[in-house]
Amino acid sequence: MNDNEHILKHIAKEGSAGYDRKIMDYIHNAATHGLYEIRGMGAKRAVPNFDDLVLLGASLSRYPLEGYREKCSTKTILGTRFASKPIELEIPITIAGMSFGALSANVKESLGRAATELGTSTTTGDGGMTAEERQSSKTLVYQCLPSRYGFNPDDVRRADAIEIVIGQGAKPGGGGMLLGQKISPRVAKMRTLPEGIDQRSACRHPDWTGPDDLVIKIQELREMTDWEKPIYVKVGATRTFHDVKLAVHAGADVIVVDGMQGGTAATQTCFIEHVGIPTLAALRQAVDALEDLNMKGKVQLIISGGVRTGADVAKALAMGADAVAIGQGVLYALGCNHDAYTLDGVVHSACNDYEQLGTAAGYCHHCHTGRCPVGITTQDEQLAQRLMPDLGAKRLKNYLKTLNMELTTLARACGKQNVHHLEREDLAAMTIEAAAMARLPLAGTDWIPGFSQM
Amino acid sequence: MDSMNFDLAVTPLRDLNRFLHKEAVAQGIKQVTVLHPDGAHNIAVGLNAPVAVDIEGHAGYYAAGMLKHGEVTIHGNAGTGVAENMMSGKVHVKGFASVSAGASAHGGLLVVDGDTSLRCGISLKGGDIVVGGSVGSFSGFMAQAGRMVICGNAGDALGDSLYEAVIYVRGKIKSLGADARIEDMTESDYQAVGELLAAAGYTYDPHEFKRVASAKSLYHWNADANQEY
Repeated sequence: MNDNEHILKHIAKEGSAGYDRKIMDYIHNAATHGLYEIRGMGAKRAVPNFDDLVLLGASLSRYPLEGYREKCSTKTILGTRFASKPIELEIPITIAGMSFGALSANVKESLGRAATELGTSTTTGDGGMTAEERQSSKTLVYQCLPSRYGFNPDDVRRADAIEIVIGQGAKPGGGGMLLGQKISPRVAKMRTLPEGIDQRSACRHPDWTGPDDLVIKIQELREMTDWEKPIYVKVGATRTFHDVKLAVHAGADVIVVDGMQGGTAATQTCFIEHVGIPTLAALRQAVDALEDLNMKGKVQLIISGGVRTGADVAKALAMGADAVAIGQGVLYALGCNHDAYTLDGVVHSACNDYEQLGTAAGYCHHCHTGRCPVGITTQDEQLAQRLMPDLGAKRLKNYLKTLNMELTTLARACGKQNVHHLEREDLAAMTIEAAAMARLPLAGTDWIPGFSQM
Repeated sequence: MDSMNFDLAVTPLRDLNRFLHKEAVAQGIKQVTVLHPDGAHNIAVGLNAPVAVDIEGHAGYYAAGMLKHGEVTIHGNAGTGVAENMMSGKVHVKGFASVSAGASAHGGLLVVDGDTSLRCGISLKGGDIVVGGSVGSFSGFMAQAGRMVICGNAGDALGDSLYEAVIYVRGKIKSLGADARIEDMTESDYQAVGELLAAAGYTYDPHEFKRVASAKSLYHWNADANQEY
């Protein structure tokens, strides 16, 4: 090989930063199919998150509590503003709304049983309330979504709280998508749709259009339920400061803010990756809004979207959240992306099933196909057997319990006998981006980018 | 005594709705008259009993919302979302109705003697709507099931993204929405229209109506179909 050939060989293998393999695959796919990619799960891109924050454990200037001896309360009360029957939870970790349709009935039952055992709430989703989840959930939040699939007054009255969903972190401003393969007879009946069609749900509520209307909509739900049940308002994180303020003005008891890391059953990838702001930034804006209105503590705040560990929960609470909601983490706890499933007590490999979907355990985002190898995001009766409620509830209970133990351990290290006493002063940021978004000092400094002098 | 009056000029709405939810049936009340509604919102929402409610004047947003079993008559105009998500029973608006009349109703019958504004019957899930006058644009948008009978004219984009709901129109249609098309009336259509007109108290000839339903071209993704969505 002469010098010229050598140089040409290297040039021939030189990739483009602007057109890397990922973007080339995207273009090839678009050119082949003429459709954008639909997928499940949340954003894959790296964004500043709770890992970019650290808790400042006590040493001399603060006094810690004994991690294994002294008690630390996790009791959480939501909906104290107007509701005569607020929600009382044993832990500040709730299960986010995920629909029957996206998830199997076995999974919905698993969520309810685990939540009940740990004294927390679970939430319905697009598709309405199933008998299994109402029966298994001591505390059930009933979502009022733009599609209004299966929404009815009997279920409103059976619920413990009502969550008006305005948007989701994975797709603020966008509607849902449930591909035909998941519209089973039962799903179709609940959603009043023909079986097997691709269901595109609405992006906005049919009977109100803005915050002034929302005031009256909330009043309707209160009148309808005799002012007993807390009304949550859930927004996808975008213009969070203004959205939270408007939700407060509209009369929400609880506001749920879902950051861009939040998951979805099936949505355009362009939405998942390119619309919305990170949970970290949204949480800070939401707390700012509540403090600006002097409503911190009067209107409770639930944050969701990429909350995975007890450390995440502790940091979220320290930043000002009253509770967190978890969706994707819950699915992983149930076995999502696991390489095996258990059927009749026998462990089976799921690797071939992943391969048939064109993916592998650890990388699967094929919730939209309904062919979930571990039986979670499916309506196929045989696949759904791969996750039975007993096992699902046990795994999820273990996960939530672990999170709560981590939360209390960290809170005690910060000197708190109540996890709700965690405060912003207990936090520092590890990166300039996270410091700016969360408006916290960069670790070891007093510097908050864009806020204080260096 | 099987009837009662509530004067909203002196009695809070909360008292009326609480009575309808918790006391009306227990007290054997079959008819309630609401005086001086003056556009109040949320009158008789969540009524879940065979009680007849007469609203003597104009109602605000969501009158008779989520109704089940009851029969609500508004002797005036209705605001946004009248009879939204109604499950069963009957709502009769003697005047005009604002936007989103009968939105996402699952059952029951909504009758509006006058016109309705935009998005009448939006996301309809199975109820029936009869409009004596005309409907505004985007009526029947994303309607999944149920029937609409429009005795007057329809605005732009009628029946956009319909699923299995069917719309019958007597007058002119300004434009059809995506995936909506006019189809031939069948004997069962004439019969259905006749029954709905009779239930609403109208005497129009069903043969004056045309049928609008889904072409079903949006039921599945198809890049080659040049779908707009």
